[in-house]
Amino acid sequence: MTTPLSAAEIAKAVASRKLSALEATETALARIAQHNGLLNCFTDVTADRARAKAGAVDAAVAAGQKVGPLAGVPFAVKNLFDVKGLSTRAGSRINRDLAPSLRDATLIERLEAQGAVLVGALNMGEYAYDFTGENIHDGPSRNPHDPTRMSGGSSGGSGSSVGGGLVPIALGSDTNGSIRVPSSFCGIFGLKPTYGRLSRARSFPFVASLDHLGPFARSTGDLALAYDAMQGPDADDAACTMRPVEPVTPLLAQDISGLRVAIAGGYFQNNVFPEAVEAVARVAKALNATRTVEIPEAARARAAAYVISTTEGASLHLDRLRKRPNDFDPAVRDRLIAGAMVPAPLVDRAQKFRRWYRARVLELFKTVDVILAPATPCVAPKLGQVTFTLDGVELPVRANIGIHTQPISFIGLPVVAVPVPLEPMPIGVQVIAAPWREDIALRVAYALEKMGVAAAPGPRGI
Amino acid sequence: MSTGSIDDYITAVAKALNLTIEDAWRPAVRSNLEVSLRMARLVDEFKLPDESEPASVFSA
Repeated sequence: MTTPLSAAEIAKAVASRKLSALEATETALARIAQHNGLLNCFTDVTADRARAKAGAVDAAVAAGQKVGPLAGVPFAVKNLFDVKGLSTRAGSRINRDLAPSLRDATLIERLEAQGAVLVGALNMGEYAYDFTGENIHDGPSRNPHDPTRMSGGSSGGSGSSVGGGLVPIALGSDTNGSIRVPSSFCGIFGLKPTYGRLSRARSFPFVASLDHLGPFARSTGDLALAYDAMQGPDADDAACTMRPVEPVTPLLAQDISGLRVAIAGGYFQNNVFPEAVEAVARVAKALNATRTVEIPEAARARAAAYVISTTEGASLHLDRLRKRPNDFDPAVRDRLIAGAMVPAPLVDRAQKFRRWYRARVLELFKTVDVILAPATPCVAPKLGQVTFTLDGVELPVRANIGIHTQPISFIGLPVVAVPVPLEPMPIGVQVIAAPWREDIALRVAYALEKMGVAAAPGPRGI
Repeated sequence: MSTGSIDDYITAVAKALNLTIEDAWRPAVRSNLEVSLRMARLVDEFKLPDESEPASVFSA
């Protein structure tokens, strides 16, 4: 397929009347029509709405009005975002019975306020409790580089749609790795911002303590454009920061030679396949990073994230588990029922440990600006794959995909997952910064892209 | 916890929470609970001072 235009290229062409927003929208809709049968990344295509919005953008351009930096840029959202007129299914069968949403999620409103055009909602793992991108109700979203492989989860449709070039920007959520895992498997850039940076208002939750929303794109520039458009306080999300908008786009090309970059050692170098080792080594070499740092108690952090996730998730779904247990994916249901049975003192201890761990990691960030770690231990496994063998040991796939992402999101650190275009399958590396320093992670990602070390490969499987 | 006692625990908590667990689901629930408790034990073993505050945030 031809290389799709980036979000920045579309917006520039629309603003200068070289391309209409409607043409950009029709191109995206045509790509969706052509490839969604294979990739299964869209669950809803909002074509009428998209054409109406694109027409409004074109009218504004024709009237000489100022249009935003995302003018005419098609985008799509994981189907846990409220989209006016759609029931927010969150990958489930049960939520299809909800009344249609009366208002869009805050992040959709903010992107559209800058001229972007929503073209649909995307497949995901049920209730976001997933790392594979498989869905028992809607079928799996598929990997654009090899459709027999997983897209990664739980924002699988987001990874697949951007990786497949159907849209330049998608939104997803990340509780334990659900932006970074699909980014890694689908070979694209993903930003999991600092916890509280972007509003979660009018999105379906999973684990309130750990839920983040963020963008996917095929370049750092597009990622930053979307991120900048979505920042800002929002009274509708209790966890959303009051910090003002801190635009990163103007800072992307700043020199990074003064930044102190280290490689995560210990826990983050265990249980990894050679591809993950190779990807981290390429990124580290490009950044002249030779220092290794130990993130203290990372295994325990992952365990605490697991406990908080399963128990808060169980609490969220308790009524549905009582009334409609047979309408869940059985695997999700059985995890959630088990989560409901974890004694409360152990959950409280996990939250106390979280504060302790945060303080230790913030100490570490006094001596380093960026930490590198694998985004996933492996490239995308085959759909339905249950185990993989590492160092002669057979391990469960689902339980191990997120082992390197969980200790990071557990304390809300900002991360850009950068794609390293290995053959035949790409794999991601986490560029991790201190809280509220998305600018640093994005600048490093941008530099890696300019050096040719990080790149979103064209879809190899469609 | 032995398999028998964890089954008793599951039965008791399910009753307290008004959850139905069909026999066919029980092995998967047990296996998930064993993983969750193993993870929780790792946290439980880590000694923290009595003054430790949880990470959850509340502002009056």
